[in-house]
Amino acid sequence: MQLARVIGTVVATVKNDSLEGRKLLVVQSLNANLEPQGKPLVALDAIGAGTGELVFWCRGKEASFPFKREDTPTDCTIVAIVDSESHVTNNGKGRRR
Amino acid sequence: MIIARILGTVVSTQKDERLVGKKLLIVRPINVDGTDTSGYVVAVDTVGAGFHERVLVVAGSSARLAQGMKDTPVDAAIVGVIDTVDVMKD
Repeated sequence: MQLARVIGTVVATVKNDSLEGRKLLVVQSLNANLEPQGKPLVALDAIGAGTGELVFWCRGKEASFPFKREDTPTDCTIVAIVDSESHVTNNGKGRRR
Repeated sequence: MIIARILGTVVSTQKDERLVGKKLLIVRPINVDGTDTSGYVVAVDTVGAGFHERVLVVAGSSARLAQGMKDTPVDAAIVGVIDTVDVMKD
């Protein structure tokens, strides 16, 4: 799982039936110092996150587990909202593995 | 999932029987601001997308979880046609 910032939304009217009613958000992955890292991705929202929030997301087949796991085509899902940025501590050091 | 733009089609007669009837499209990943990136992916279309449309592409084993794709040998599927992308300014 990786930390990310929700930076936007995606609207798609025509979509696979299995994605009906799901919310799509644009997330920018962050490193342990909460700096942007890599390119933004589109994620399915499993918990009701909103733009600007600090979240973490999971990738791969596991991303479909919060939903009907055999019927939801997603490889990137927001699974939690971080309560506060002060909860993310890295002692001012570089990226933590 | 990534945002991509449809570049063209692929026609293949000799293929795995589970791919019969599936439309194959060439898509190029793009940035959220709509600018192109490099590279391309051949993806199976599950929504009826057309040339030059912006679409959502799901990759990996999740691609075959889309409706109508059960047990098909694919690792990239188009699962949505994008209307709008709203990204907040820094």
